[in-house]
Amino acid sequence: MIEPALASRLQFALTTIVHIIFPVMSMGLAPFLVYFTWKDIRTGEPIYEQLRRFWTKIFAISFVVGTVTGIVLEFEFGTNFAAFSTAAGELFGGPLAVEGMMAFMLEATFLGIFVFGRERVGNVLYMISAVAVALGTWLSAVWILIANSWMQTPRGYELVTENGQMIVSLVDPIAAYANPRFPWMYVHMQNAAVLSVALFMAGVAAYHLFRHYHWEYPVDHPQFWEKTLKIALVVLIITAPFQVLHGDAYGRHVAETQPQKFAAMEAVWETESYVPEYIIAVPTNLEDLTNPRAKEIFGIGIPGGASWLASGGDPSAEIIGLNEFETEAPPVAIVFWSFRIMVGLGFWFVLLAFWAGYRWWRGQLLEDDLLHKSLMASSLLGILAVEVGWIVTEVGRQPWVIQGVMKTADGVSPGLTGFEATLTLVSFAAVYLGLLALYSYVVFRIVRAGPPSITPEAPETDVVREETGAGPTPAGGDDD
Amino acid sequence: MTEPGGTVGFAAGATGREAAATLEAGFALQTGGLADGPLLGLPLTELWYGLVFFILGTFLFLDGFDFGVGAIFVTRSEGSAREQLLAAIGPFWDGNEVWLVVFGGALFAAFPAVYANLFSRHYLLMFAILGALIVRGLAPEMYEQRHDETWQRWWGRAFVVGSVAAPLFLGIFAGNWLLGSTALVSLPSLVVGVALVALSTAGGAAFLGLKTRGRLQQETAAYGPKALVAYLALVVVAVGYLFATRPDLRGDLLSPVALGLVGASVVLGAGYVVAMRRESYVGALAATAGLTYGLVALVAALLYPVIDPVAGLTVADAIVSTLPLNLMSIGAALLLPLIFAYFVVLYAAFWGPVEEGEGYAGE
Repeated sequence: MIEPALASRLQFALTTIVHIIFPVMSMGLAPFLVYFTWKDIRTGEPIYEQLRRFWTKIFAISFVVGTVTGIVLEFEFGTNFAAFSTAAGELFGGPLAVEGMMAFMLEATFLGIFVFGRERVGNVLYMISAVAVALGTWLSAVWILIANSWMQTPRGYELVTENGQMIVSLVDPIAAYANPRFPWMYVHMQNAAVLSVALFMAGVAAYHLFRHYHWEYPVDHPQFWEKTLKIALVVLIITAPFQVLHGDAYGRHVAETQPQKFAAMEAVWETESYVPEYIIAVPTNLEDLTNPRAKEIFGIGIPGGASWLASGGDPSAEIIGLNEFETEAPPVAIVFWSFRIMVGLGFWFVLLAFWAGYRWWRGQLLEDDLLHKSLMASSLLGILAVEVGWIVTEVGRQPWVIQGVMKTADGVSPGLTGFEATLTLVSFAAVYLGLLALYSYVVFRIVRAGPPSITPEAPETDVVREETGAGPTPAGGDDD
Repeated sequence: MTEPGGTVGFAAGATGREAAATLEAGFALQTGGLADGPLLGLPLTELWYGLVFFILGTFLFLDGFDFGVGAIFVTRSEGSAREQLLAAIGPFWDGNEVWLVVFGGALFAAFPAVYANLFSRHYLLMFAILGALIVRGLAPEMYEQRHDETWQRWWGRAFVVGSVAAPLFLGIFAGNWLLGSTALVSLPSLVVGVALVALSTAGGAAFLGLKTRGRLQQETAAYGPKALVAYLALVVVAVGYLFATRPDLRGDLLSPVALGLVGASVVLGAGYVVAMRRESYVGALAATAGLTYGLVALVAALLYPVIDPVAGLTVADAIVSTLPLNLMSIGAALLLPLIFAYFVVLYAAFWGPVEEGEGYAGE
């Protein structure tokens, strides 16, 4: 049996890591779908109907899996972190309730019309549905991140004793909900979602184009994939550099507001000036290889780099070391390496964006095989960057569940047994692994099948072909 | 890691210093009035108690007919009938299920201690509910992804199992809550669970009356009255069992409210059967709405003024403090009418029977 506190944390980590994939897909796809729908209605060009219908399929499956995995998270605060929920419900419950009412309701109802209702409603209501779904997904993130950012930079509260228990009482809602972290987190997350989806779209498009032009294994709609690639690249060229610039400023904000997390990100144990920005760091003792809190480390880095980043340009700036804090350091190695992977990927995306932009400008977009291979290999890396970014945020704030106020270990449900917690943890591991495999399988099938064929005169030809099974093409790839 | 007994621990020295600083900054002036007393002098504690159960009832009614369609799905073997059943709930179930998210959020926001106690006490049951909902939500999507027989047979089975298990576990949860049971399942809560499956099936049959035509409509509608009679019988058994075994609840059970709710359920049940005979499916669906709200109201009335019998918390003990309560009330007053408008738009757009090529296949 795993002890309840550890099992609860592992379970929450697992369920969040899996869940976040689906909101990233739906939040990132939402603006694209609004654009495709708008162009489809305004121009009536078949390619926009193809774009809308193809990407809506992926949106719909992401949304459904996101719904069922999201409810799990909302319930886990009560099931596994009852002490936290009782103590912080005043501040934390409100945003979750408002998220449900303001955002999730909007997206879930209009999604029905957006996915199933093209033939049932007029253009205006259809366009409204597309906007409502997109607005809903983005508003959802507002309230979830308000709740999360409050735990990182808590404000507007007071500790009071109620029925013999300490609780966090809300005294100033504006300070609490418009807390310092929220705008940083929201901009970084939403841009990351759009960037991740742009990378995914570019990767998928590159796969089909590579097949078509390089392998000379014709796909049905090369012009569809070229258009997809170009739209994705425009978005990539905007979002990738923005993410790096924004991340740099965000890092300074973290250094100011959560110095312990920043020290873990840079693996700084002793308070020092001229702290280098390690590219890599390894424990000097072999016994410490599996110890995430090893203090004796050897690193190769840029002299003064971390100080320079923390202060915004001063290589002599002092960084408070982990030894200064009374609380145990977070598992430094996890935070340190996750941060490096995220930053490394961020720079890679910028390089990719400029490279593709340059080829496009020279009119060689479809001729650079290495570029296409790189785009294919990067299609899921945006999501990976989101995952490691959140690991930095959430593991980095340990041991606190509410920074400086309440420890994670004190938030766990008091009555929870090791048996119960282990049982659900193991079940989730199995179920979510299956869920991920299924989701990947379904998305892969949709991607491989490609967009529906549309001719302006007879928009339903593809349906007929699917039903009769006639006219299979190499790209159709239907192996049923 | 946790202290013995898992008491809530706070970091030494963590005070509301930052809060005090922002108070000085003058932010509090803007919301100061909201902390003094309940908004407009309204009995907000009771209103939120009612609202939480209303939201639960709305979820059980709306997603209930989706569950019922899932239960009736088991009786259909033809591919086209199965497609029509899935297409009937396709645009609706996700929105319907969000009422459960809102229930969790509202309970968390208004009665945080109850949310925490109840969900952690019924730990395995909560995850059983979530598991059933995952399977139910995923199955129709998966069913339509491939058109080979084995694939569809298994996802069809999964859809049925999820659709029956979800109301069963939800009913057990409601029964445990009411009875203050700490066991995973007890006989009376199991009866409530089975009753909820029956009520869902009746709702599903009425809903399919609206969404299908011809032989499929006749055959699926026929399950409705049977399911409803089973529901009423199970409710009578549950109430009778409580009367016999729980002397403390006898007074509540004989109160005018409880008797009125049971009486109204019988009348609505009869109304349902008549409406189904006359093929007035809107009326029948409305009757199942009334029955669901009646069941939830009965649970609420029997609990009140206690909200968590095991922890001995009354509504007044558990309610969140005035400022967040007022804020939530403003939020709910603004947002709930909007949500009803969304549902009207959604149901109006898909009014009438499933059309050719509609649903997942035509996505």
